[in-house]
Amino acid sequence: MNFRPTIVAFLCNWCAYTGADLAGTSRMRYAPNIRIIRVMCSGRIDPTFILTAFQQGADGVLVCGCHPGDCHYQTGNYKCLRRFKLIEKYIAQMGIEPERLKLEWISASEGKQFAELVNEMTKAILNAGPSKVKSTLEVKHLKS
Amino acid sequence: MPSDPTNPKPKLKLAIYWGAACGGCCVSVLDTHEKLLDIVAAADLVFWPIAMDIKYKDVEALPDKSIDLTLFNGAVRNSENKHMAQVLRKKSKILVAYGACAYMGGIPGLANFTTKNEIFKRVFDESESTLNPEKIKPQTEYAVKEGTLDIPEMFNDVYTLNQVVEVDYFIPGCPPQSERLLEVFAAIATGAELPPKGSVVGANEKTNCDECKRKKSDNKVIKRFYRPWEIQDDKETCFLEQGVICMGPATRGGCGVRCVTGNSPCRGCYGPPAMVSDPGAKMMSAIGTMIDADSPEEIDKIIDTIVDPAGLFYRFSLPSSILGRKIV
Repeated sequence: MNFRPTIVAFLCNWCAYTGADLAGTSRMRYAPNIRIIRVMCSGRIDPTFILTAFQQGADGVLVCGCHPGDCHYQTGNYKCLRRFKLIEKYIAQMGIEPERLKLEWISASEGKQFAELVNEMTKAILNAGPSKVKSTLEVKHLKS
Repeated sequence: MPSDPTNPKPKLKLAIYWGAACGGCCVSVLDTHEKLLDIVAAADLVFWPIAMDIKYKDVEALPDKSIDLTLFNGAVRNSENKHMAQVLRKKSKILVAYGACAYMGGIPGLANFTTKNEIFKRVFDESESTLNPEKIKPQTEYAVKEGTLDIPEMFNDVYTLNQVVEVDYFIPGCPPQSERLLEVFAAIATGAELPPKGSVVGANEKTNCDECKRKKSDNKVIKRFYRPWEIQDDKETCFLEQGVICMGPATRGGCGVRCVTGNSPCRGCYGPPAMVSDPGAKMMSAIGTMIDADSPEEIDKIIDTIVDPAGLFYRFSLPSSILGRKIV
């Protein structure tokens, strides 16, 4: 089987993206399956973004922000966490496996942790197999 | 729109059809009361199954584009709905998705939480009142000695009208408010300039909260959620601030906030406001900021008081939402 998962990652500008950047500038090797989208704050991540990523074929979605208490905008990461908990419950009802959606806090100095996180998630999704969202939705077309 | 005998303009041709619907949308047309006489004065009803005996073959025989306005209510659930949607698209100059089901899938769209097989299993096999020892399931065709009988094929998915044929306008609501229908009809009948194709008409751009008269504070905090019957509503404070989920923040205004005025939280039948595609996602976004807890365990405890988030946030909009159906 030649399955190469695609993971869409939403990283906040101040901690998580800087952490990912550190992993890069430190020349750490990690799985190339991740597609990073930088947002100013994890509080900016609308559930619409996560659902759209799945709809367009992502096998997993990773959300990273500053550690609790460290948000550049004070409370953005708490808002992110609450939304994340809601959407976690929603996607479980919709039949998307829980391991496909992950939230982690990454600080600007945690390049190593970021690299490990990406490796772990890639491995978990390799085990879970391709997401069924796209194939389920493809069957749906009726317009002739 | 009083009819004017000196005006030689021919009467409009109007059709109203139902797909997978409850009939409420057709009743909302009757709810125009005596104004219905004005509608009939300005338009000839050429097709309206709830009120007139006209066969599908008569509609199929009409010349293309000969119906000026078709109000299609109900979702597309089976091959009959699909066929009529295609026929009416061909015969109509303006095709309107009328009501929540045609616009977003509506209540029938909740069937997208399951599959055709599951539904058939439940209905023809498992249900407590089913007595079906021979395991008979509906067939789309059945040969009898007089010939072949056929019934429409039920699809695995419920579709919005727009997912099946091109739609010119959308009128939301479960059912749409009759006054808004009259406004839209008057605009078409008087030949006023119509909004761009694909617009939602007969509703506002902003959300229900914008019109709601209940007392609201800027800092909403929720310690637990209540179902409407679990709490004594004080009749003046925002439902969300009392812990009752009200779809107002993610729902287009236009109904006149009728549910909240009647002391019942908004259920979201008018669909998402302008520029929003998925009302449930927006509702999760809005509620996320109101949950008054910072630790994951506490947040989980509060969220667990929402019994069925998917069904609640997508009550009328599952087929038109981003995921559209349960993933199988």
